[in-house]
Amino acid sequence: MPENAAAITREQVAHLGRLARLSLTEDELDRYSAQLADIVAAVARVTEVATSDVPATSHPMPLQNVFREDVPRPSLSQAEALSGAPAAEDERFRVPRILDEE
Amino acid sequence: MSTATTRAAAPIMDFDEAMARFDPVLGLEVHVELNTATKMFCGCSTEFGAPPNTQVCPVCLGLPGALPALNRVGVESAMRIGLALHCQVAEWCRFARKNYFYPDMPKNFQTSQYDEPICFDGHLDVDYETPEGRRTFRVGIERAHMEEDTGKNSHVGGATGRIHGADYSLVDYNRAGIPLIEIVTKPIEGAGRYAPEVARAYVTALRDLLRALGVSDVRMEQGSLRCDVNVSLRPSPDAPFGTRSETKNVNSLRSVERSVRYEIGRQAARLTAGERIVQETRHWHEDTGLTTPGRSKEEAEDYRYFPEPDLVPIAPSREWVEALRATLPENPAVRRSRLAAEWGISDLDMANVVNAGALDLVEATIEAGADQAAARKWWTGELARVARERGVELAELPITPSQVAEVEALVVAGTVNDKLARQVLDGVLAGEGSAAEVVASRGLAVVSDDGPLLAAIDDALAAQPDVAEKIRGGKVAAAGAIVGAVMKATRGQADAARVRALIFERLGVEG
Amino acid sequence: MPPTASDADLDIADLPDLTRLTAAQQSDLLGNRIVSSRELTQAHLDRIAAVDDDVHAFLHVDAQGALAKADAVDAARAAGEPLGLLAGVPLALKDVLTMRGAPTTCGSRMLEGWHPPYDATVTRRLKDAGIVILGKTNMDEFAMGSSTEHSAYGPTRNPWDLDRIPGGSGGGSAAALAAFEAPLAIGTDTGGSIRQPAAVTGTVGVKPTYGAVSRYGLVALASSLDQAGPCARTVLDTALLHAVIAGHDPMDSTSLAEPVPDVVAAAMRADVAGMRIGLVRELNGEGYQAGVRQRFAEVVALLERAGAEVVEVSCPSFDYALAAYYLILPSEASSNLAKFDGIRYGLRVGDDGTRSVEEVMSLTREAGFGAEVKRRIMLGTYALSSGYYDAYYGSAQQVRTLIQRDFAAAFAQCDVLISPTAPTTAFRLGEKLDDPLAMYLNDVATIPVNLAGNAAMSLPIGLAPEDGLPVGLQVIAPAMADERLYRVGGALERILFQRWGGLLIESSPYGAGTRPPGGADAERSEATGGQVR
Repeated sequence: MPENAAAITREQVAHLGRLARLSLTEDELDRYSAQLADIVAAVARVTEVATSDVPATSHPMPLQNVFREDVPRPSLSQAEALSGAPAAEDERFRVPRILDEE
Repeated sequence: MSTATTRAAAPIMDFDEAMARFDPVLGLEVHVELNTATKMFCGCSTEFGAPPNTQVCPVCLGLPGALPALNRVGVESAMRIGLALHCQVAEWCRFARKNYFYPDMPKNFQTSQYDEPICFDGHLDVDYETPEGRRTFRVGIERAHMEEDTGKNSHVGGATGRIHGADYSLVDYNRAGIPLIEIVTKPIEGAGRYAPEVARAYVTALRDLLRALGVSDVRMEQGSLRCDVNVSLRPSPDAPFGTRSETKNVNSLRSVERSVRYEIGRQAARLTAGERIVQETRHWHEDTGLTTPGRSKEEAEDYRYFPEPDLVPIAPSREWVEALRATLPENPAVRRSRLAAEWGISDLDMANVVNAGALDLVEATIEAGADQAAARKWWTGELARVARERGVELAELPITPSQVAEVEALVVAGTVNDKLARQVLDGVLAGEGSAAEVVASRGLAVVSDDGPLLAAIDDALAAQPDVAEKIRGGKVAAAGAIVGAVMKATRGQADAARVRALIFERLGVEG
Repeated sequence: MPPTASDADLDIADLPDLTRLTAAQQSDLLGNRIVSSRELTQAHLDRIAAVDDDVHAFLHVDAQGALAKADAVDAARAAGEPLGLLAGVPLALKDVLTMRGAPTTCGSRMLEGWHPPYDATVTRRLKDAGIVILGKTNMDEFAMGSSTEHSAYGPTRNPWDLDRIPGGSGGGSAAALAAFEAPLAIGTDTGGSIRQPAAVTGTVGVKPTYGAVSRYGLVALASSLDQAGPCARTVLDTALLHAVIAGHDPMDSTSLAEPVPDVVAAAMRADVAGMRIGLVRELNGEGYQAGVRQRFAEVVALLERAGAEVVEVSCPSFDYALAAYYLILPSEASSNLAKFDGIRYGLRVGDDGTRSVEEVMSLTREAGFGAEVKRRIMLGTYALSSGYYDAYYGSAQQVRTLIQRDFAAAFAQCDVLISPTAPTTAFRLGEKLDDPLAMYLNDVATIPVNLAGNAAMSLPIGLAPEDGLPVGLQVIAPAMADERLYRVGGALERILFQRWGGLLIESSPYGAGTRPPGGADAERSEATGGQVR
């Protein structure tokens, strides 16, 4: 278990906010650092029983090899596709300026 | 002009000097778009060029509630690519989510593979030319994994419609969810001064392999094959790896070579000046031949990968893998050597065929009965010229190898000569029917009845008595003038060899 | 006898309020052409109009669409077309499932005004079965919560006591049933969101085996835990609805290909003789309210008397379930909820023409998500971030394996397991709102089932003597043995029906015949008096 598991700093919360694209207020930075620390302290006990001989389970049912055949299905109409867009222009979704390509 | 490219160009060290000081290490990441009928996780069509946002559905648009369903052919293509690259196929693997926010990515995570790629640990042997002759380099393959493409942004406003300085952007999600296979090399070490050539040769060989597999259109100009180039320098081959730069957007074979050369020169200049190399993403500019840095990130990306819970693991059976292995085409390089030997042609001649994109076509034309020289001549000559004129690939011309073989058969039978054969090809390309039908409808058969030929010969000899005299005197070369006149009179529809023989016969001399 | 279709051979003039009838009874009336679907639907719409200002079970009522569907079913019936058993019966749909043309908000400002252009598979199956969808029910925002107080559109109130919570996240669906606004409802259950609301409202709810019901169109909270399921006031009604919504769906890769077990036959069989029933030691001790434990103990005795063998089993890893759950859920949720960014649908905030897309995304998410959602997104982002993944997310997935092993060992000895559904009866609105950890403890008994993928039911077993509020019993079956829930639940319901002379819900303030709702305190003391026999 990471040493600082139970201590979550304001800076860490700010970093998490940036990763999660949440423009947190000063108030939230304070509140979440306290609350997250409490919750993390409570949930960190999973490490007590998770010994290396226990495999991880990511899917509750042991299914595998589920495929779809490569056969086209109808798409949405352009109007349906754009129907929920906060802003659209020239058959496309309009978005504010992008600072950089990924 | 973007703000990035207006910055003063970085100092570049001369390549030979850089090579005297440093040893380059490369890494290449190639993304190839598969040519499946549908996207990786939904049934939307992948056809190129549809109107914006018409090939989208709740899944690839990332609408709340939608779930992915994996394309079987996408998985099979990934495995065939891996097998062709001598990779191992994982007995069990999963998809993972790569979490980051970007407007062209509908779910704000990319469904990809992380530490469990479907194929891993292979190699590709690539040939490259040096002044000392052709060499082969074995490029190690780290992994080939499955993922999905993003949508496309276009930038509005600003000076040039580029991303910097744009007022806003417009997003088309038709491309989002198209299957991608990412093929990552192991560090390419030991290429030395030929690193740029090896990089280009690798991408070329990979492109040929993917084309032979039939899994992708591999059109770099359309973006169906995209290349990221990692370059680092170290003082000597036994030193640890240096810090690398990752150049994106390298979208032609020539640029692969140039960008490696550029980065070597740029990094060598920095290192020699005592500066550090920053681990960063750089963008390649085809027009200027420069790379420029991407916006520096405030903090390192943290993609928070975890197993994709909406898709179940893939566990290919041995039988499935072997069945796919059986569908692999011959390795392109091996095939080229074999065919060159079979046809008895030089490496250079073979390179001409390959560069024209004519290998499959020539082979099929030979199979349809033409001899190799003729098959090569038609495809790399007349037909290549037409393709260039029309701005299409050779294979896209509306003529089949068997039709070309038919035309050649008419030449061999003496029904048409070379010049007429070109008109026959023209007719076939115009959709006028088979070679024989074009000959009939255009009236292109050579005049084989001697009567009209003899009349034309007599006319020509009478018109040029001096030439007739020379021929009688033994100057057989002078017959060319009479042949020319006869050909002109018959509008090319005579068999020149027959005309020549008849002239000598008429004048009573030995040809 | 519990109410079955055979009880419904009534004349229209003698009919009580149609909304009091079970779905099976309504089906019988429709089948015998005693009432039309329009009459039934209108009766429920009237009921909603009368009580929903107080209960606030619905976020959106689609009166026009419901009546149109009812008319279509009536016409089909008149034309002699084959119809499903539930054709023409009204239903309340949790607002986390998409329905073409109707708003889908998930209880969030983020999706206010969004009209999905497609139907969830569950929605399509309901429509294909001729079921009349009355509207969309309230829920904790993006299904995060145990009280429905985290809805951006205000809380739903518990029809047993309007000052108390109806459970969550599916409080709207449970309250709609308890207030007789609909005989059927759809819920979704990630850690107890069907079962805990059923328990605290005196209704029945089933979380089917993971993969039994398609998740396509269910707006994901935690993909590996989410499961939609049927809710009703009786076990048979729940089974009838289960049979409609379950089945393989190629649009959901985690959907099971196996045939759906015959849950309706199991509900009718309603017999526990010879069954081995396991009592989970870890799910009935400290922290459980006295009245809850008392009712639970009574039920154990009733089951034994009915011929079941009750044994105690131990599942030691369950002690770690809550911790594992509050790592896995936020992790998956942080990724599932990334798509809400103001680009393709829903809310957009701060796009003033100068801000970058990064800023607008962050402002939109900050404004569009409520406190609990943001808290869990932050927690999940933390648990998945580099350096913490192995310790948190990785360990939690290992705990999941241990819990599956515990279940496997228990089911080697027993046909089903039982526990109280929730540690307490309905708490007061606002009581736990500022204490996330206390709120999370509500799901301590239901969470292990989601982690393992099993099936489970909650059904009412009486009122807690100290507060007169409903107590639920949880029955847990192995994966793909959902029919066992209905066998046990049906049997117990029959026994209790005979003891009480009716359904528990009929003793609630909103269930008391033609008496108008209100005067909850008086009603409750009467009901409580009737309960403790």
